[in-house]
Amino acid sequence: MEESKEEVMSLPRLGQAAPPFEAVTTQGPLKLDDYKGSWLILFSHPADFTPVCTTEFIAFAKIYPELQKRGVELLGLSVDSVSSHIAWARNVEEKTKVKIPFPIIADLNKEVSTAYGMIHPGQSKTETVRCVFIIDDKQVIRTILYYPLTTGRNMDEIVRIIDALQTTDANGVATPANWRPGDKVVVPPPNTQEMAEQRLKEGYECVDWYLCQKKL
Amino acid sequence: MACISPDGKPTLSGARMLRALKTKAGSAEEVSQSAGLPLFRVRSGLRELAQAGLVSQKGEKYELSAKGSELADSLPV
Repeated sequence: MEESKEEVMSLPRLGQAAPPFEAVTTQGPLKLDDYKGSWLILFSHPADFTPVCTTEFIAFAKIYPELQKRGVELLGLSVDSVSSHIAWARNVEEKTKVKIPFPIIADLNKEVSTAYGMIHPGQSKTETVRCVFIIDDKQVIRTILYYPLTTGRNMDEIVRIIDALQTTDANGVATPANWRPGDKVVVPPPNTQEMAEQRLKEGYECVDWYLCQKKL
Repeated sequence: MACISPDGKPTLSGARMLRALKTKAGSAEEVSQSAGLPLFRVRSGLRELAQAGLVSQKGEKYELSAKGSELADSLPV
């Protein structure tokens, strides 16, 4: 009986340093270090010249100005070649008038996609699934989203997550379900009995001591 | 290569970085500001220009080499 060995790799997790990389892209060779000081959305797509990916790239291009206002850069990735990426981006621009303004990694040797766990053999052994890694300005992974091959990503949610993370960092608060900028935020719950007793007297809008909200 | 074409001529973004450095030596952040290019592109581009012997790095600052100055002078304004 033939033995099959599968290499077990530790995949990136939230709160960990993003795996460093050096990659060939449509805007020249880029390293993760080149993004120090900026937030980065590193996202993978299954393949160039495919319908769902094309709709996603147009959508990513449309939210790029909003992301830039928030100090966020975009970096795409698939296991296609640079020539394929260039041809696809040019085709998208020609057919839809939308220019793809951000670089796309040509991960032919799958180094970056392997380091980030972007290939899920249950979905495809050769293509990357639709991953989104939100990496902060200190190059720490703050959010990981995985979408199946058949489901295009929701750009509003990606921008919302950036807003929520940056609001958390700036104000030391959490954000409730379906939060949008301008909504009330969650005050971190007390972690001692004394603080819990105090909490209800602090002027927040509280359901009880563990769920208090405030306007920023 | 993103800053130098295969024929050895600077690309548009390469030329913008060379022009920015022709005015004065600067950090990647300063070059990014004066060239109007994203910081990640400038960091990568400066690496490439340094490999081509067109710029040198002193601490945080980058400056044109003699070869880089010659090339910057030849760029159309």
